[in-house]
Amino acid sequence: MTTTRTVLTIAALTMREASRRRVLLALTALTVVLLVLSGWGFSRLAAESGPNTMTSGEARLTASILLNLVMFGFSLIAALGTAFLAGPTLAGETESGIALAVLARPIRRSAVLLGKWLGLVAFGCGFVVLAGLAQCIVVWATVDYWPPDPAVALALLAAQTTVLLTLAVLLSTAISPMASGVVAVGLFGATWVAGVVGAIGASLGNEAVARVGTVSRVLLPTDGLWRGAMNAFQDPSALVQFGGSDAEAFPFLSSASLTVAYLAWVAVWMAMVWGLAAASFVRKDL
Amino acid sequence: MTVAAERMVVTSDAIWCSGLRRRYGRRTAVEDVSLEVGRGEVVGLLGPNGAGKTTVIKMLLGLVRPDAGEAMLLGRPAADPASRARVGYLPELFRYQPWLSAAEVLALHVRLLGVDVSASEQHDLLTLVGLGERGGDRVGGFSKGMQQRLGLAVALLADPELVILDEPTSALDPIGRVDVRDIVLSLKSRGVAVLLNSHLIGEVERVCDRVVILDRGRVAASGTLAELLGARELRLQLTDLSPAAEARLAVTGEVERDGDWFTVALPAEEDATAVPDLVRDLVSLGSRVHAVEPARISLEERLLGILRAGDGGDQ
Repeated sequence: MTTTRTVLTIAALTMREASRRRVLLALTALTVVLLVLSGWGFSRLAAESGPNTMTSGEARLTASILLNLVMFGFSLIAALGTAFLAGPTLAGETESGIALAVLARPIRRSAVLLGKWLGLVAFGCGFVVLAGLAQCIVVWATVDYWPPDPAVALALLAAQTTVLLTLAVLLSTAISPMASGVVAVGLFGATWVAGVVGAIGASLGNEAVARVGTVSRVLLPTDGLWRGAMNAFQDPSALVQFGGSDAEAFPFLSSASLTVAYLAWVAVWMAMVWGLAAASFVRKDL
Repeated sequence: MTVAAERMVVTSDAIWCSGLRRRYGRRTAVEDVSLEVGRGEVVGLLGPNGAGKTTVIKMLLGLVRPDAGEAMLLGRPAADPASRARVGYLPELFRYQPWLSAAEVLALHVRLLGVDVSASEQHDLLTLVGLGERGGDRVGGFSKGMQQRLGLAVALLADPELVILDEPTSALDPIGRVDVRDIVLSLKSRGVAVLLNSHLIGEVERVCDRVVILDRGRVAASGTLAELLGARELRLQLTDLSPAAEARLAVTGEVERDGDWFTVALPAEEDATAVPDLVRDLVSLGSRVHAVEPARISLEERLLGILRAGDGGDQ
């Protein structure tokens, strides 16, 4: 009972920190700008590509690619936001001494860590789901395109945010707040690039290069989840329209949905990394 | 049965620790520290910078893992978070969530404690530490002194049985220091045990029942103030001193002479007859006694003596 209370108290505190430190405000402003810009872009697309200039298939392909592009923007904002939130809230608090008075209370450190993680997950996932849903509505209103599986796509985006956040939490139990943010975002970017390289390899039939993507998706599942999300956002005919197997090499289309085995691995990965973070945090000297 | 478990059966001291050791790389921060703080006892922790005082406190509170040794708080092993249920702590590095108000910081700690402390009691606590009017203000806008006062309120929350104060007056003005002294004395009168780490020796001398002196990670001395300050002195101005009278002085204790002035070290134990007997004997041996001034070694002199003796021992 006490552990549950501690977890919920710390989770609420973490969310309050995000809103009081104006992170919420900054993210909302950024999201609104992105939504307005993409809304304008999509409406121009609809205006300039009337039925005479583009087939319905081409229109759906363009909408799919642009939707994936904007969603990538949101997932990047969520990744940067949560990675740079996790640093200050964990490593920053132990550095500054804020953690001393809190951890001297009759509470378990693992409960504090779980609370922080839960608060960050709620914040990060809340952001990608709301912003992503708003973007889908903008696209639907402007070019009349609705993704085939928006719920799965948004859930996978939320999972991607959670994966990166869990990594950032582990890093912030071991290294400084600044370094943990930089390393988490750096790895996120590197995995995305490795995914693109792997996809190019696959489209060229080069197995060794294709393996780069596969291995990186296992080591850090952000790119794998992102590809699953893209697949659920894009029109099923988009790949065929784009040119079949060549489309695999294009970074804003995805050729296959995720397997259950991969999703199970993501769950195991998160549990392992969280466990490591807890072990590191419990042993940390303050 | 471990030493700690055995101890648990027979005692429920506010603090008990034995053989605490902590090294950082090759540097030893704390080596074989054992100390006790009884229920309702106020114990001062003294020592120079880097003596390991804060590390000992952090090991007691589970904030730093000891390499060796055992510790218990209020009769429970310190490794068990529940041992801290009735413990208040003001860290040396006092920082509280800058995005919360002072009242919200208290409310947060109430929730973490899992106890009921009414809003009015929380407000009274803020008033006690001089922040009654500032409860709604963000901690981020507080001066260091005000943050330390808030830390004191956090430490006093929910009627603790043991309060650990690590340099509680480091950022306070003279009035704040008097406030802290009054708060510690009030805790003492209510039977709350206090471990007070302070550089202000006068403060420690006024409020503490016992003192533990740490030097380079070890307990250099410990005892009640009477035990530690037991060495008393007597300054006498004498003329016409016969060899027999000099011998009488030497029997009493070590004598230092500066012209007509003699400083005699008196035995540690309180003895009401030692001084009048000495004066009577000196007069009867023909000496003329011009002045008799009793003197007591201050805690500061004693502390410096102990620390210098430690330095000398190393050389």
